[in-house]
Amino acid sequence: MKVKGFLRPDGKVGFRNHFLVIPTVICATRTAEEIASNFPNVVYLHNQHGCNHMKDDERKVVNVLKGMALNPNVAGVLFVGLGCETVPTRQIFESVRESGKPAECLIIQEEGGTLRTIEKGVRTLQKMMEEYETKQVEVDLSAVTVAIECGGSDTTSGIASNPVVGYVADKLVDMGATVVFSETTEIIGAEHILARRAVNEEVAKKLLELVSRCEKNALAGGEDIRGVNPTPGNIRGGLTTLEEKSLGAIYKAGTRPIKGVLEYAESIPAGGLYFMDSPGHDVESVTGMVAGGAQIVFFTTGRGTPTGCPIAPVIKITANARTYSKMSDNIDVDVSEVLEGKLTIQQAGERLFAKLIEVLNGKLTKSEMLKHHEFGIYLTQPTL
Amino acid sequence: MDAIAFSKRDNVATAIKDLKKGQTVTVMLGEEKIVVELLEDVPFGHKFALVDIPQSTQIFKYGEPIGIATRDIRKGEYVHVHNVAGQRGVRGHRS
Repeated sequence: MKVKGFLRPDGKVGFRNHFLVIPTVICATRTAEEIASNFPNVVYLHNQHGCNHMKDDERKVVNVLKGMALNPNVAGVLFVGLGCETVPTRQIFESVRESGKPAECLIIQEEGGTLRTIEKGVRTLQKMMEEYETKQVEVDLSAVTVAIECGGSDTTSGIASNPVVGYVADKLVDMGATVVFSETTEIIGAEHILARRAVNEEVAKKLLELVSRCEKNALAGGEDIRGVNPTPGNIRGGLTTLEEKSLGAIYKAGTRPIKGVLEYAESIPAGGLYFMDSPGHDVESVTGMVAGGAQIVFFTTGRGTPTGCPIAPVIKITANARTYSKMSDNIDVDVSEVLEGKLTIQQAGERLFAKLIEVLNGKLTKSEMLKHHEFGIYLTQPTL
Repeated sequence: MDAIAFSKRDNVATAIKDLKKGQTVTVMLGEEKIVVELLEDVPFGHKFALVDIPQSTQIFKYGEPIGIATRDIRKGEYVHVHNVAGQRGVRGHRS
């Protein structure tokens, strides 16, 4: 199946054509915001980090900033650094430029303050957009990487919206596309089932190790994840055991083999189903998968979650009719008819698949219309 | 439709509306039709037994085990934390 996309110099295909301002450190975020505000179609990352991290966290921050810049939905990038931050701003900028993508870098301390940097930034971006040649091409659907997230779950998530997304995930994998899901905390209790779906021993082992690491980290912080799930709210909603909760969560990833297990924000290989380490925190989880290269996100919600992403369309799906009627500002696809017996999982899945094609071809999602540009990085160490 | 089951292995179904004791419920499982008379009220989102489930038997939802029956559960009985225990990790709220 063919869709329309934007061909990038590295051969990858985006389904949006964003120019992006990336402040590499919190001190540059206000300046980046002001530069972006001069143009209707320029977005920026609301970065709250970039300095005084320990080693693992610094690696995550760098991978996220670089990954967002390299995401094929981004046409060109302007990096804004302060000049004394601990993340290597110039190094990140150079590596993005090497990909052939238009990229520029401004350092506030060298430009002479906020106002001068804003002025130069606006001019730099305008020039970049003027010179950029949009190459829109017809590509096979296999060029797409779909990230799958669930947030604000309720009992309808596990029994209808996640299975509907799982149906589409299988269909996409069968068509040669890439699907990635995440949220390590949400698979605990079902990790043995996912491990059985791994393509080989090594992938299975990595998945189990990741869950064990996540549990140990939580325990070190005084939280026993196995002891707090299902929550009292989950139990009132009808979930009986941790296994049941996690099984409902993993339904969204369909049934195909897991080809690989990725670290947070790691680049996602093409083709097949992947799992990425991330927290249950929706914004941080979506950011990690988009930084890994996902161009679009399926997001199931029972209670209704408004969050989006600065550079990737987020398609919100609910199977709760009450949530849809109350939150229709924020939700794109209503599959509550599955629960009324009027629609099978497969029929609802085809409806969602049609929506996916429409959005890939340019139709805006609700989170895009509302400029829900949430951005967050998953950090696990103290800041120094 | 009143309830959903996911796999032929499932021995419980999930209510998709509030169901009442004495009600006769039909659950579709592919081509198969399972008729169950409810022995207890089952609220929206909660589960009931599709067959008699002896004590220590695994409870299946989504075609996978979600726990063990802590006592005999009859067809049509409400299935929840009072008669099922998880096998992976023990629930123990600090609150």
